[in-house]
This record gives sequence, C-alpha cells and structure tokens, in this order.
Amino acid sequence: MKKKLTKSVEQKGLELISILFALTLWQLAADLIVKNKLLLPSFTDALASFLEVIENGVIFTDIWVSLIHFGIGLALALVIGIPIGIIMGWFKTANRILDPLIEIIRPIPPLAWIPFAIVWFGLTHKSAGFVVFLGAVFPIIINTFTGFRSVPRVYVEAARVLGCMRDRDLIRYVALPSALPSIVAGIRISMGIGWMCLVAAEMFGVSKNGLGHKIWWHYYLHQMDAVLVYMLILGLLGLLIDRSFRNYTDKRLLKWRSGEVI
Amino acid sequence: MGRVKVNSVSRTFKKEDGLSTGALDNVSLEIQDGEFLCFIGPSGCGKTTLLRIMAGLDSPTSGNLTLDGVAIKGTDPKRGMVFQEYSLFPWRTVIDNIAFGPQMQGIQKKDARRMAEKYLELVGLEQFKNSYPYELSGGMRQRVAIARALANEPKVLLMDEPFGALDAQTRNSLQNELLEIWEKKHVTILFVTHSVDEAVFLADRVVVMTSRPGKIKKIVKVGLPRPRDRTGAEANALRNSMLKLLAEERKG
Repeated sequence: MKKKLTKSVEQKGLELISILFALTLWQLAADLIVKNKLLLPSFTDALASFLEVIENGVIFTDIWVSLIHFGIGLALALVIGIPIGIIMGWFKTANRILDPLIEIIRPIPPLAWIPFAIVWFGLTHKSAGFVVFLGAVFPIIINTFTGFRSVPRVYVEAARVLGCMRDRDLIRYVALPSALPSIVAGIRISMGIGWMCLVAAEMFGVSKNGLGHKIWWHYYLHQMDAVLVYMLILGLLGLLIDRSFRNYTDKRLLKWRSGEVI
Repeated sequence: MGRVKVNSVSRTFKKEDGLSTGALDNVSLEIQDGEFLCFIGPSGCGKTTLLRIMAGLDSPTSGNLTLDGVAIKGTDPKRGMVFQEYSLFPWRTVIDNIAFGPQMQGIQKKDARRMAEKYLELVGLEQFKNSYPYELSGGMRQRVAIARALANEPKVLLMDEPFGALDAQTRNSLQNELLEIWEKKHVTILFVTHSVDEAVFLADRVVVMTSRPGKIKKIVKVGLPRPRDRTGAEANALRNSMLKLLAEERKG
C-alpha cells in the first residue's frame, strides 16, 4: 500500500505539484489581493463550505437529482437518436424525409425549449430531462448517421458474398459494429452538451432541486463559496462520467480498435 | 460441381455527364468444374468487373451467366470471394470472421465456430484463433480471408488480386498454399491478377484480355504439370508469349 502510494507520487509528481501550485496561487490571490469573499472566495473558504454541504447531506440529494435529470435525457436521446441515425444512414429515402425536419429543429438552442418544457411537463424531473434530451439527441443522430455512411464498402460486399443479404442482418452484423466508434464518439459529445443543458435547465427553474438549481440559489444568498463548490462538483462529476464511459467503451466495445491510431 | 458459363456478357458504366464507358464487351467463356482459371490484362480492362458480376455484386448490361446451369443473380454463398483489399471484419476475431458465413446460413454460433476451426487449420493459423485482424500481417489476413470464403463450402472461389499487396516471398508461399487447398477442396477458382508470373504458376488456363472495353484476346492453356518450376524453360516461353500479348494491348 505504502509502496504503491510512493510509486504513484513518483509517477504523478509533476502533475501533483502543478495542482498544489495553482491552489496556493488561488489562496494567496484571494487572501492578499482580492480580499473580498464575494468576488473570489479562497480555497479554504470553498473547502469549509464543501465540508458543510457534505455534513448536512444536501449535496448528495442534489447530485442524485441532477443524475436523474441527466439519465432521463441521455437515455431518451440514445433510444431515439440511434435508431433515427441508423435509418437515415442506411436508407436514402428515409434520409431525404427526415433530414429537413432535423435540420430545422437542430439549430434551435435546447435552452430555448425551456418554456415549453415547463408548460408541457411542469417543474418535474421530466422537464429537465427533456431539455437534456434536446441537447444530447442531435450529436447522437449525426454521429450514428455519419458512422453508417462511412461503412467501408468492402465490408458490406464481403458480408453479402458470405450470405448476409437482408438489410436487417447487414445493419446488425456489419454496419452497426463498423459505425460503433463514431456512435461512441457521438455519445461522448452528447454527454458533454447534455451536462451543460442540465445546469442551465435547473438554473432557469425547470426543477426544484439539483446542482444547477443550487448554484443559482446560493448566488441569490451571495454565498459565492458555495457557488464555487457546486461548480467544482459539476466539473468533477462531468469528468468522472466521461472517463468511466470512455474506459468502458475502450475495454469492452472497441477492443478491436487498439491497433489504430486514434 | 462448379461449372460457370458466361454468355456474351457486356457491361457499360454510365457516368454523371451522361457519357458511358464500356468495361466489358461481349465476353463469352466456359469454365470447367474444378478448373483454375486466371484472368490477366491491362489495368482497367474490366477483369475485376467480370469477377464482380460473377460474384453477383454487379450485373451485366447484357448477356447472362450460369453456375451449373442456374442463372447467376445476386450474391450467393455458393460463390465465395476474396477481395484485393483487406476485407476481414476488424471487430471480429479471426475465428469469428471465418464463422461468419456459416452463421449467416443459420448455423448456431457454437457450431459455426467449430466448423471454422477446420478452415483455420487448413490455412495454418490455429494459434491466431482469438486474435483481431489488426494483430495479423497482410499475408495472414489474406489467409484468413481465404478460410472465411471456404467456410461456406463454395463451388466457385472468386479471387480479385488477393496477393497483390503482399511482398514477393509471402506471395510465393501463399500461391503454393492456395494450390494445395485447391487440390484438397476441389473448388473452381477464378483468379484475377496483374502478374504474368502468378498466372503461369497457378492456372490451368489463362484468359488474356484486351484493354478497355475488355474482350477476350486469347485463352492460353498452361499444360505444365504441378508442382511447377517457376523458372523452367516452358514457363518462361509461356510468360514471354503472354507478355507479348499484353504489350500489344498497351500500344493499342
């Protein structure tokens, strides 16, 4: 255990020093230069505030609620976005029918939907999930579509010669696995955008709880140290979600790609 | 049985500007069961197009083809194909690539794998069973591609410059292996190549084609007993006569 720790310190020494240096700089700037807790809470202020929200447990409710919003939106985006992308990528006619509709709706910023989200779903989890969905669904559609469009012809032809002739089988056994790297990249982009939409949606009052909501709430109370804590939590959680997703896909779904330069 | 008949097949391609180019012009040919036939000709002469038509990946503008008396229409596992470029599915392991054909015939994955093992052995790559294609060299990939095509027990094996991208040594050993497989499996092989050496070493008969639009210029019978001497006097004579035929086409 001790050996492991010293080893990781040795390996990550420079990175650690970098972070410590930045924290010191922050602390000094807040204490000696700005000297105003409203404009720039110091590191120790933030730490104290962090310990407080952990102690009273409020942060866990907020994380949980935000993850529910995010989960609803992302799951919906996957369930709807991937099939649409597949159909558009594989069938030319479907592409001609769906493409104009999607291109009209897509440029509308997801946050512009907030009024309708509230009118349709009220101040519920569904409402925030809906806004996340709108942010997340288009990158998934587009990347699935692109992945399907760039399936190398030789794979499709090889499959056909080997007796895989129906569209359904060609999609399942050839196009989908071939497009998977692109779909996975789309999901990662979607998660990033969805995460941003989540905070904005919660801030604008689509929900009564959650990390984004709390940022706004603490701002009203001029508790900027708490605002900062929630900001950092959002950042760390976003990083964690992206890393674990990437880890999973690299190990499980895209093992066959290890030979390629990405 | 694997008798292929090609009856006055022509193929023209329409370009976007409305002009059309002829790729094949009135090609007729009869291929015996179990024969090893090579196609050779200047690049762009339509030999690949002819092979693709036989595979069912393309269709003739006019004329028709039959396999054992049955019209060729669309792809069919009875006609296997090995492509010039690497065509293994990169997301499947070697064994699962070979098992793909049987699996598509409705055979359970487990049984398909067991069948595939037989073909993996045939090309001598048992130890790479669970490797992914990116872990294999070019020669190994084409061996697996051959095994994959054979796993469907095709009557005809269509090969489109399968060794074109390989270095000379690998190429020679794969040619030897292919002949062994051909003798073992009794399959009709139609093999497109741009190498006269390869054609003389492999084929029973060599179809020499004209430049575009491709017609059959001459069919040369290679009557040499196997195993053949690559640099023997008869082989050299055949090679020279074929090179002369090809040179005529380049000038014209």
